[in-house]
Amino acid sequence: MSEGHSNWPEWVYVGVVVALLCWVGAEAWNVERLIEHVPEDAKTIKVVGQQWFWSFEHEDGTREIGELHLETGKAYRFEITSTDVIHSFNIHDYVVLLDAVPGRVNTVWFAPVEAGVHDIQCREYCGLIHYNMRGTLYVEDPT
Amino acid sequence: MVLELHKPRPIWQIMFSTHHTDVGLLYLITSLGFLFLGGALALAIRLELFFPGSQLIADSMTFNRMFTVHGTTLIFLFILPSASAVGNYFVPIMVRYKDMAYPKLNAIAFWMIPPGGALIWLGFADFTWYATPPYSIISAPGPAADMWIFGLKILGVSSILGAINFIVTILKCKHPDMSIGQIPLLAWSFLSSSLIILVALPTFAAALLMLLTDRLGVSGFFNPAMGGDPIAYAHLFWFTFHPEVYVLVIPAIGMMYEIIPRFSRKPIFSHSSGVAAFVLLSIVGFASWAHHMYATGMSFTEKTVFMVGTLAAVPASAMHVFNFLATMWGGRIRFSTPMMWSVGGIALFFSAGAGGVVNSAMPLDFVTHDSYWVVGHFHLFVMGTIAFGTIGFVYYMFPYVTGRLYNEVLGKVHFVMAMIGTVMVFFTQHVLGLYGMPRRIYDYPAIPEWVAMNQIATVGAMLIGVSMAIWLGNMIYSTGHGKEADMGDPFGLGGNYYYPHEQKNPHH
Repeated sequence: MSEGHSNWPEWVYVGVVVALLCWVGAEAWNVERLIEHVPEDAKTIKVVGQQWFWSFEHEDGTREIGELHLETGKAYRFEITSTDVIHSFNIHDYVVLLDAVPGRVNTVWFAPVEAGVHDIQCREYCGLIHYNMRGTLYVEDPT
Repeated sequence: MVLELHKPRPIWQIMFSTHHTDVGLLYLITSLGFLFLGGALALAIRLELFFPGSQLIADSMTFNRMFTVHGTTLIFLFILPSASAVGNYFVPIMVRYKDMAYPKLNAIAFWMIPPGGALIWLGFADFTWYATPPYSIISAPGPAADMWIFGLKILGVSSILGAINFIVTILKCKHPDMSIGQIPLLAWSFLSSSLIILVALPTFAAALLMLLTDRLGVSGFFNPAMGGDPIAYAHLFWFTFHPEVYVLVIPAIGMMYEIIPRFSRKPIFSHSSGVAAFVLLSIVGFASWAHHMYATGMSFTEKTVFMVGTLAAVPASAMHVFNFLATMWGGRIRFSTPMMWSVGGIALFFSAGAGGVVNSAMPLDFVTHDSYWVVGHFHLFVMGTIAFGTIGFVYYMFPYVTGRLYNEVLGKVHFVMAMIGTVMVFFTQHVLGLYGMPRRIYDYPAIPEWVAMNQIATVGAMLIGVSMAIWLGNMIYSTGHGKEADMGDPFGLGGNYYYPHEQKNPHH
């Protein structure tokens, strides 16, 4: 080295950093691969975001606005779109997050495990009442 | 420059000067002015969020306009011009040239900033600093959005002119005896960031024009109602603005490279490692833009590519941190104010980077994306790293600019308060994001954890606000009444500074 001292500690350090990053990357790749695999029996819920509320349509044609009723023990596949500007459909408790983009249909799935009430919110800025573009997810045990 | 306050000149002589220190002074004063304006908006936003419900901001539209202008101001009117201020003062001196390569172009680049800033502040648009389409096309009200677009256009041209000037000054005007490897790291940081600007910025310049014609209704590039795709805008925007993140941070790292060895009274551990990290970051920085877009519905393959590209940028930043620590190791460190800011900045830079690795990991991004985690994350860069590095450097430059010393005790008080405040605001916001609070919201439901963490963040912001007021007072008072600095060695460290106080200003 032109500085007149040995530089091996820096190489060791860079090696450790690169190894850590490889581990993070590999682990992330593997987990994402697993969670993007949609179960075949997943029921489809159509989600539409518009300024400033969420509406849902179940497979049987039932529509809900601002509220979504689902059952434990089933997998659900959300087909998300928007009719005006970009929103972001979010059930934070289940790490469900995907943008509602006009002109596109984005899909994400999840399977609720226990009965409960969870917040649905918009996580992408969409204007005047973005802060209150909220809904409620009711997860119920099948009757 | 230093002689100016001893031999005062009329203000118009500085305003119409093209000398690099005069233009540097104009950049410095303008950028600090905008820092206080943008910071005031931040304090108002934090006060509004202290309790759920409406506090001091009357309606959500005003709030939305405030965070839009806050972000736009601090990125384009504080960070970029403050870096140009430092570059104007130091780059010509470091490459041993009499001035910038194109002095008139330099002055023009500066004078584009006030009209750009005026357009942004008078318009006060509400569509976030990202100008999110199709909202910005179909919903954003009136002339505000158009004024923002024109303001950004002007500021972009100013950036490009400045970048050309720095590149030519460094590469073509450096002293013939000086090889490119011998250029000091602060000047190297300006070379890298200027090259990034030249490659990255034209894309956004094009996107801005497309946005404008979309708003006029003559095109539909980003408007789904006319067959366009708003995600295309996201790609164009982030192709410019992810590299731009490095444009913002690299000069601050360069400033730390000037301060850390100086106050450790030791040469830099490895000059070549610093250069290598700058070059590496400038190249790899272009491979990661779409990590901002995982949640737009990208395919698994796209996400994987951009995750790898993002992780690849980490070692270069890690090399800087190592270089700083290895330089300080065994040094006779003097913790004067500039050194405290630099060391604090490095600690926060490391925290910000570690949080960034979490964001880039695909599954975890869906926890943090568009939540307060992201707000905390990038503020650790823009506030914790860039503003800390810059503020430390402003203290360091202070004797050079004014010929006087600032009050050291107040400088340290400023640092300690701002450091505690920064940790209180932005570390807390990371956790708040994990609890799911979305960013850019005017009001929030009274979830106890959200309320508590918002209150901690607001108290931290007030601490920062008070510390900045102390700084302003210190600067104003010390400019006129501070102790006369020993210009050969104002910090009593020994060694040679790049303090060209003997340098002749041809305009004097």
